Amino acid sequence: MSTQLLTYLFVGGTFLLYIGIAIWSKASSTNDFYVAGKGVHPVANGMATAADWMSAASFLSMAGLIAFMGRDGSVYLMGWTGGYVLLALLLAPYLRKFGQYTVPDFIGARYYSNLARLVAVICLIVISFTYIAGQMRGVGIVFSRFLEVEINTGVIIGMGIVFFYAVLGGMKGITYTQVAQYCVLIFAYLVPAIFISILMTNNPNPIFGFGDTLVGSSEYLLDKLDRVSTDLGFGAYTEFQRSKIDIFCITAALMAGTAGLPHVIVRFFTVPKISDARKSAGYALLFIAILYLTAPAVASFARLNLIDSIQDKTYQETPDWFKNWESIGLIAWQDKNLDGKITYASGDAFIPQKPQYVSREEANEPRPLTNKPNSNSSNEVYIDRDIVVLANPEIAGLPGWVIALIAAGGLAAALSTAAGLLLVISAAISHDLMKKILRPKITEKEELFFARLAAAVAIVIAGLFGIYPPAFVAQVVALAFGLAAATIFPVLVLGIFTKSVSKEGAIAGMLSGLIFTLGYILWFKFISPELNSASFWLMGISPEGIGILGAGINFLIAILISNISKKPPTEITQLVESLREPL
Amino acid sequence: MKKNKSYWGINVTVISVLLVIWFLISLGFGIIFSDAMDSYRLGGFKLGFWFAQQGSIIGFVIIIFLYAGIMNRVDKKFSKKDK
Repeated sequence: MSTQLLTYLFVGGTFLLYIGIAIWSKASSTNDFYVAGKGVHPVANGMATAADWMSAASFLSMAGLIAFMGRDGSVYLMGWTGGYVLLALLLAPYLRKFGQYTVPDFIGARYYSNLARLVAVICLIVISFTYIAGQMRGVGIVFSRFLEVEINTGVIIGMGIVFFYAVLGGMKGITYTQVAQYCVLIFAYLVPAIFISILMTNNPNPIFGFGDTLVGSSEYLLDKLDRVSTDLGFGAYTEFQRSKIDIFCITAALMAGTAGLPHVIVRFFTVPKISDARKSAGYALLFIAILYLTAPAVASFARLNLIDSIQDKTYQETPDWFKNWESIGLIAWQDKNLDGKITYASGDAFIPQKPQYVSREEANEPRPLTNKPNSNSSNEVYIDRDIVVLANPEIAGLPGWVIALIAAGGLAAALSTAAGLLLVISAAISHDLMKKILRPKITEKEELFFARLAAAVAIVIAGLFGIYPPAFVAQVVALAFGLAAATIFPVLVLGIFTKSVSKEGAIAGMLSGLIFTLGYILWFKFISPELNSASFWLMGISPEGIGILGAGINFLIAILISNISKKPPTEITQLVESLREPL
Repeated sequence: MKKNKSYWGINVTVISVLLVIWFLISLGFGIIFSDAMDSYRLGGFKLGFWFAQQGSIIGFVIIIFLYAGIMNRVDKKFSKKDK
């Protein structure tokens, strides 16, 4: 069977599975819709959380980023997992004990203020839509490369599927589809990694193969990678390229941001008991760790394979995957030194960085570009980082069904995260905005209707993001984590671990964290991007890492203002006491 | 009231100790002390590099399960006193 047919089969099969699960687990009450009736087993919840968390970015982009960043890529590995420790120790058990439906619920109640709730709702919606835009790009890439349908058609199909099980099933439907999606995506990630690990190091476990010697040589894989990348003018793969303070801040910001992401926190509202919330965070991280321990291995295999298969080759000698990805615009080559061979080296090949093709290429000739050659670098190729995981099985010459599997896995990762985010948005609108602020008198049935309506509207907006992708998706991802770290995370921690922080303190804290972080990122990413380099940054901290400073400011302002404002009422002290009581 | 304070006190102590370990294995070994750590090797890995890309993650999983285990015991102890 052809790879094309297999891909249709795998993707179609998994889609049918998700729809079947959705019909089986339809939500009938708001309790079902928001928190799956609080009846999800901790292991199932752990899997669902893992699928919810591992987005198109984790599945498709992360290994690619690490392959190109080397040791600097550790910020994602540590940042996106370390946050779970903060979540499990500082937040999850107490928020579960609080027993309401949403994150703004807790902030509104603990800080006895609808204004605080509203600020939390706004932060939550900005963070969630930023994220969804990224998922839609992932869906688009997979559809256009593997199913050869228009990106728009792909996005519409994906949206239709999510619409069906998110609107119908709510949290209950989403949770059980996510369990299935986790199984699909982890299988799809591990199979090619195992094959490639055997090919390169003879070790069937990629997690260890990564630290092994290469087949037919006594040289360690990582040592060869260091040697080859240094030869080509990149820094050594296993050395930091950025300053340590920046690496430190980015990692810390991603950790605090992860712990403050509403769609992750809300998962811990769905388990039956408080002790389950603690255990469930452990299972979630265990399931996530399987992919995150494999990703750096995939990254190093891919980097080495990539260099070996294109360096000093003529265009005709390049493997098929090079031409396939070139034809959809994610690879480009400009023969700057006119020697007819590909030179891969450090730096941008041409200006602007992204390829601009003249017209459809002639068969077996490279696609001509209008970009100006960049004379500061001998590099001649542009390779989009998002293709590494997708192209990896092709680069290693694996059979067609493995490639089909990756397509299904990538879609599972993107759809599961999109669904989780849509639910958070819909709950924030129907529950926090409508029920708690605007129209407190609506019945449960009406609230459920608003929840479904909000989910439907959010899906349409997310679909539009996919069809007309904003040019700033990559830039705003830093924003999502920075904002979660600087706004939501500190007030949640303070709300549980102090009794004295007042509504004035919390609102001032959230707003100052928000304004500082948003201002810094907007300044360097949008207003004066030409100044976006280490010498202009505050203490050498890049916009990606500034959220941790924003979090510090939030903590400080919240405590200071609380000291000079009126103390919280006694009900609030009692609420905090009750959160801290043993089971 | 007194009983709850000591329960909360134990909880905060456990959290503090685990967070110190959390900090050490990730931001500590992986970033701050990475140069010193890199002079040791673990097979094909430089030790600091390994902590930054794999070791810290394994540590995180252990920390969370440790916390869940310890707190379950503490919970049990305090609920017995109730009866």
